[in-house]
Amino acid sequence: MTEQKAPVPASGPVPSAAGPIPSKPPRSQWADVWDQFRHHKGAMFGAFVFIFIVVGVYLGPLVWRVDPQFLPQGRDFLNLRDTRPIWVALYDSGAKVNWAYPLGTDNLGRDTLARLMFGGRVSIAVGLVAMLLSLLLGTLVGVLAGFSRKLDGPLMRLTDLFLALPLLPLILVASLLFRESLSANFGPEGGIFILVVLLIGITSWMHTARIVRGDVLALKEREFVLAARSIGTSNSKIILRHMLPNILSPIMVSATLGIATAIITESALSFLGFGFPPDFPTWGRLLNDGVDRLVSYPERPILPGILISLTVLSVNYLGDGLRDALDPRIRGR
Amino acid sequence: MLTFTIRRLVLAVPTLLFISLVIFLLLELAPGDPMAQVPLTVPPEVKEKMREALGLGQPMHVRFWKWIVQFFWIEPQVLIDHYLGTSFSAGDLRVISWQTRSPVMDIVIQRLPQTLWVVGTAYVVATLIAIPIGIYSAYRQYSWFDQAGTFVSMIGFSVPPFFSGVLVIVIFSVQLGWFPSIYDTTLKVTDWDSFMAQLRQMIMPVTVLALQITAQTSRFMRASMLDNLNQDYVRTARAKGLSEYSVVMIHVLRNSMIPVVTVIALGVPAIFGGAIITEQVFKVNGIGQLLITAIQANDLPMVQTLTFIFAVLIVLFNLIADVLYGVLDPRIRYD
Repeated sequence: MTEQKAPVPASGPVPSAAGPIPSKPPRSQWADVWDQFRHHKGAMFGAFVFIFIVVGVYLGPLVWRVDPQFLPQGRDFLNLRDTRPIWVALYDSGAKVNWAYPLGTDNLGRDTLARLMFGGRVSIAVGLVAMLLSLLLGTLVGVLAGFSRKLDGPLMRLTDLFLALPLLPLILVASLLFRESLSANFGPEGGIFILVVLLIGITSWMHTARIVRGDVLALKEREFVLAARSIGTSNSKIILRHMLPNILSPIMVSATLGIATAIITESALSFLGFGFPPDFPTWGRLLNDGVDRLVSYPERPILPGILISLTVLSVNYLGDGLRDALDPRIRGR
Repeated sequence: MLTFTIRRLVLAVPTLLFISLVIFLLLELAPGDPMAQVPLTVPPEVKEKMREALGLGQPMHVRFWKWIVQFFWIEPQVLIDHYLGTSFSAGDLRVISWQTRSPVMDIVIQRLPQTLWVVGTAYVVATLIAIPIGIYSAYRQYSWFDQAGTFVSMIGFSVPPFFSGVLVIVIFSVQLGWFPSIYDTTLKVTDWDSFMAQLRQMIMPVTVLALQITAQTSRFMRASMLDNLNQDYVRTARAKGLSEYSVVMIHVLRNSMIPVVTVIALGVPAIFGGAIITEQVFKVNGIGQLLITAIQANDLPMVQTLTFIFAVLIVLFNLIADVLYGVLDPRIRYD
C-alpha cells in the first residue's frame, strides 16, 4: 500500500539525518496486521479451532484408516451396528460400546468417526470452493461496476435484482431440477458437488460486489491511480497492480463470512434432502439421517451438528479478528 | 415523500415482473419432467393429452402471460369475491396445483396462519428481547454483559436452525419431556388448557427462530447506540442537567432506532425463508413445508406461486424499509 507509508520530509538534503536514527527495522504492513490479529483472543481461538478441524478432517484419514463406506456383512453386521460412543459406558453400563469404534457406528455398521471426517472433507470443500466462486463473481462485478461508468448502472441494478430474489426457495428448486442432467454428465457425486457449489456461489456474490464497488469508486479518485494513469498504465494493469491489492482487506473479510454461509447453506440443503446422495455423507446429511433415531441415539444428529456449528463459529471469529486487524484505524490501539 | 413512495411503487412493478420471469424460466429450462412419475405403460399419445391438460402444450410466452394474468388479475378478483360476495371471477380459470387439482392460493391461505403464528411470534419476541439487550450492552460497552451478549449473538449467528432445533428437541422433549416435538396444527384454542397446549408447542420453534433474529438485531442496536452515544447532542443534553434516563432512553434511543427499524423491516422476508428449515424440523405444516413437498412432487404451479410470494414479500418489505427511513429521519428526504 503505497499511500500508507510515513510521509518523507521533503526538505533537507539527507532525510534520514534530520530525525533520530530509527532503532528498529521498518515493519511491513502484514507484520502489523499479524500483530493486531494475535492480540484478538477470539480470532486466535477461531483460527486454532478452524485449522484443527481442517487438519483433522483432511489428515485424519491417514491415521484413522477405516473406510467410511465399509458395510460389515453377516454376523459382523449384527455385532457392529448401532454401537454407542464409548463415553456412554460411563453412565450406562449396559450400553453396546466397542473400543474399535470410539464414536460408535450407524444403523448399517459404518464407523461414525470415519464418516464424520469424510463428511467434513466434503462440507469444507464445498464451503471453500463456493466461497472462491462467489468472491470471484463479486469482485469481478464490483470492479467492473466501479471502474467503468457505463456498466455501473446495469450491473448494480442486476445486483439489486439478485438481492430481491428469494434465494433459499430458488436454490431448493434448482437443486432438484438440475440434479439429473448434471449427475448424468459428472457422476452422481461430482454432479451434485458442482451443482451445490454453483448454486451457492451464484446466489451469494452480491454483498461482496457492493463493497468492492464502493471501494473501487473511492480509490479511482486517488492520486496514485492518477499517477499510474499518467505514465501510461493500461486499465487492466491499474486494476490488477494498484486497485486489487488495496481492496484486499474487505475481500478477505467477506471471504471468511462467505465460507460460513456456504457451509450453512450446504448443510441446510443436505438437511432438507436436496443435497448429496445418502451414501455420500456430509455433515448436514449425517445430521438429517440422525434425526429419525433421535430418541435412542441422540449423539447421531448432535455430533455433526456440533462440528458444523464449531466450524462456522470459528470462521466467524476469524473474520471478526481479520476485520479488526486489517482496519488501519483500529490497528495500533 | 408521497411522490417518492409512488415512484418506488412504480419501480417495484418491473422488478417483480423480472423476478417472475426468472422463476418461470428457471422452472421452464430445467430438465425435470412433470410426466416423469407417469407409468411407462401409458401410451405416448395419452401422455401428450395429459400434458395438454396440464397446460403444457402452449408455447412458453403464452404460458407466462397466462400465469401473469391468473396471478395478478384473477386471484385478486377471487379475494374480492370472497370478502364482498360479488362474482367477478365466476368462470375464470385459477392457478391450479398439479398435486391436489385445487387452486394454489386456497392451499396457501390454509397454510399461511401456521407460518404467520410461529414466524410472527418469533419476530415480535426476538425484537422485544434484542432492543433492551442492545441498549444495555452499548451503554456499558466492554462490560461482562456486553461480552456475554457478543458471545451469545456469535453463537446465534453460527448455530444453524436445523441444529439448534434438533438440540432443543433432544433436551426439552426427549430428555425432560416438557414440550411436544411435533407442532400440532389441528389444535384449536378454545379454553385455558388448549391455550396452554398451544403455548407449549410454540415455545421451541419460536425460541429457535428468535435466537437468530435476536443475535442480529441486538448487535445492530448496539452499534447504532454506540454511534449516537458519542455525539455532541448527548453531551449537550447531559450538560443542561437532564437525567441519565432521559438522555439515554429518549434522546439517544430515538435517534438510534432509525436504522434499527429499517433493519427489522428488511429482516421479515429473510425470516420467512429461514422458517422453511424451522418448519421442517418441528413439522409445522406452514408454507415452507408446502414448498418443500411441492418441489419434491414436481408441482410447478405451486412452486412458481410460492416462490413468487416470497419475492413479493422481499420487494414489499424493501419498499417499507425505504419509506420508513424517509419518514423517521428528516435528514433523508428523497425528493
